[in-house]
Amino acid sequence: MLDALGSLLQGFEIALTWHNLLLMMLGIVLGVLIGVLPGLGGANGVAILLPLTFSMSPTSAIIMLSCIYWGALFGGAITSVLFNIPGEPWSVATTFDGHPLAKKGRAGEALTAAFTGSFFGAFVAIILITFMSPLIAKFALQFGPPEFFAVYLLAFCSFVGMSKASPFKTITSMMLGFALACVGLDSVSGNLRLTFGSNELMRGFDFLVAVIGLFGIGEILLSMEEKLSFHGGSAKLNPKVVLQTWAELPRYWVTALRSAIIGCWMGVTPGGATPASFMSYGLAKRFSRNGNNFGKGEVEGVFAPEIAAHAAGTSAMLPMLTLGIPGSPTAAVLLGGLLIWGLQPGPMLFIEQKDFVWGFIASLYISNLVGLIVVLTTVPLFAAILRIPFTVIAPIIIVICAIGAFTVANAYFDIMLMLLFGAIGYVFKKLDYPLAPLVLALVLGKSAEAAFRQAMITGDGNLLVFFSNPLVATITMLAIVMLLWPLITNAIATLRGPPNVAGVAKGE
Amino acid sequence: MTHRGVDMVVAILIIALGGLVMYDSYQVGIGWESGPQSGYFPFYIGMLMTLASVVTLVQATVGGSTETFVDWPSFRRVLTVFVPAALFVAAIPYIGIYVAGALFIAAFMTFVGKYQVWKGLAVGAALSVVFFLIFQKWFLIQLPIGPLERALGY
Repeated sequence: MLDALGSLLQGFEIALTWHNLLLMMLGIVLGVLIGVLPGLGGANGVAILLPLTFSMSPTSAIIMLSCIYWGALFGGAITSVLFNIPGEPWSVATTFDGHPLAKKGRAGEALTAAFTGSFFGAFVAIILITFMSPLIAKFALQFGPPEFFAVYLLAFCSFVGMSKASPFKTITSMMLGFALACVGLDSVSGNLRLTFGSNELMRGFDFLVAVIGLFGIGEILLSMEEKLSFHGGSAKLNPKVVLQTWAELPRYWVTALRSAIIGCWMGVTPGGATPASFMSYGLAKRFSRNGNNFGKGEVEGVFAPEIAAHAAGTSAMLPMLTLGIPGSPTAAVLLGGLLIWGLQPGPMLFIEQKDFVWGFIASLYISNLVGLIVVLTTVPLFAAILRIPFTVIAPIIIVICAIGAFTVANAYFDIMLMLLFGAIGYVFKKLDYPLAPLVLALVLGKSAEAAFRQAMITGDGNLLVFFSNPLVATITMLAIVMLLWPLITNAIATLRGPPNVAGVAKGE
Repeated sequence: MTHRGVDMVVAILIIALGGLVMYDSYQVGIGWESGPQSGYFPFYIGMLMTLASVVTLVQATVGGSTETFVDWPSFRRVLTVFVPAALFVAAIPYIGIYVAGALFIAAFMTFVGKYQVWKGLAVGAALSVVFFLIFQKWFLIQLPIGPLERALGY
């Protein structure tokens, strides 16, 4: 506890420089812009801007990139409230009450509640990161390859168990990611895998290109199909409205705490921000005194999902830093950045790169405060950007995506791959294949495979190595429970209530 | 084409891809040679991919939605972005990313957005200059350039 505080203070010394503060502001503004524009989101926005940070020190670079991420989280709320268009999937729940409020001319209150909720959610998650990450890192130091593979397994199984999509489509999408990660040179044996004689494929697939294509181009194609047109209320945000809303918000402290806890939990396990925001909205609706008014414009209905989304988005950093397992696609991109800077995320990071880790954690405190101030003051500017027609925005974003894809490895081939991934992203989205597992598997594929092979060598080729001691056995069992979670909940439901036809049909 | 039809086609494609992954893994060896061989891990990945997609295929065949996947006007709108974007990408090796980008933005604004030609050209050219300054000048990242930039001495 005291150790963490001491390290945190040192971190503040590292993070609090004018240079870093400036990068924070720049990052937040870029992030909000990315969050507001269709086709650009946290994951691909960070992916595109990653090459620009290669010349910075790792600490400054991750401060700026994580600020882009916070900015994108904030930005999603602006479009949801003003235009009823969720810029990001996790802000869908924000539209339910945010847009009705805006239509009543209370957009200012909705936005203040959303931003303050984001700030609160992130703050709780940062406190969690500050005090939990050293403990988890210390614990994880005892991990060998079997334990690490079991943790990977747990992460991927929870995807299958928690996802709303068909478990089989989730598995397919995940395996596609693993298969793509295998393409190229096998570093252990020197064999070429899945290249089919092509020189271009020898480099393998870079996940940044996949992210830019799947999320960027895919999103543009979807928006075009749905014929997006922006029209919404004006965004006036004067200090009086902000203060009034702030005076009202403490009333919802129970909702706030509940939402923050849901968000932190869903962020650490890779459930993600989107389900967290829906769950917290649903619970707030059930328990609130004004539950019946939810959907018609309740400030509490904006507050709750935003808290959960930001808490989840922020706490996704916890497993990324301590175990090297990102809790969200954007955290996965940040992890990719760490690898490029030569930093290996995981428990050793807390010993070997103390300055970096604590500088980053301290920066989270500052950047969220900076973010709150920046968004509260710049909303009208971003609302104006949204009035630029889609026919102007779409080609510009495609050009930016192409530049981003090229800069990953200075390869023209990657731009073509990006287009291909765009088409795949469009079809997959329409068929309800979740994209996040694909990206995570592509990022973690090499490490997961390495852990698996080393574990198998220790176990002489026997899969029982994943049950060889109490620690690894517990994690593996947890993973299996998560994998079978949909079946388990179904079974409980069938046991409790009288078996009905629908329940049986679902439990197949 | 129905939603179900597309679902089935995609599942079949993924089954084929899974088969390909398994075949390639088999070629490099899926056995044990003082440790798992190169194909050991991907072989099972390919197998899981195939099995999961077989289930998806069966589910789609039995209970898939018979609604249309995408109606023609919507798909036309998708193509009005995708085809010009593909042309833009195809032009990059010949005229460079900056000129191709400017032309792409200008053409899209003119033909899809119904703006006047000069407006499209102005926006496209202005953005390309900004990108050029950011990447070529400030961050020293070499993007593909074409005859125009070379004529200017880059």
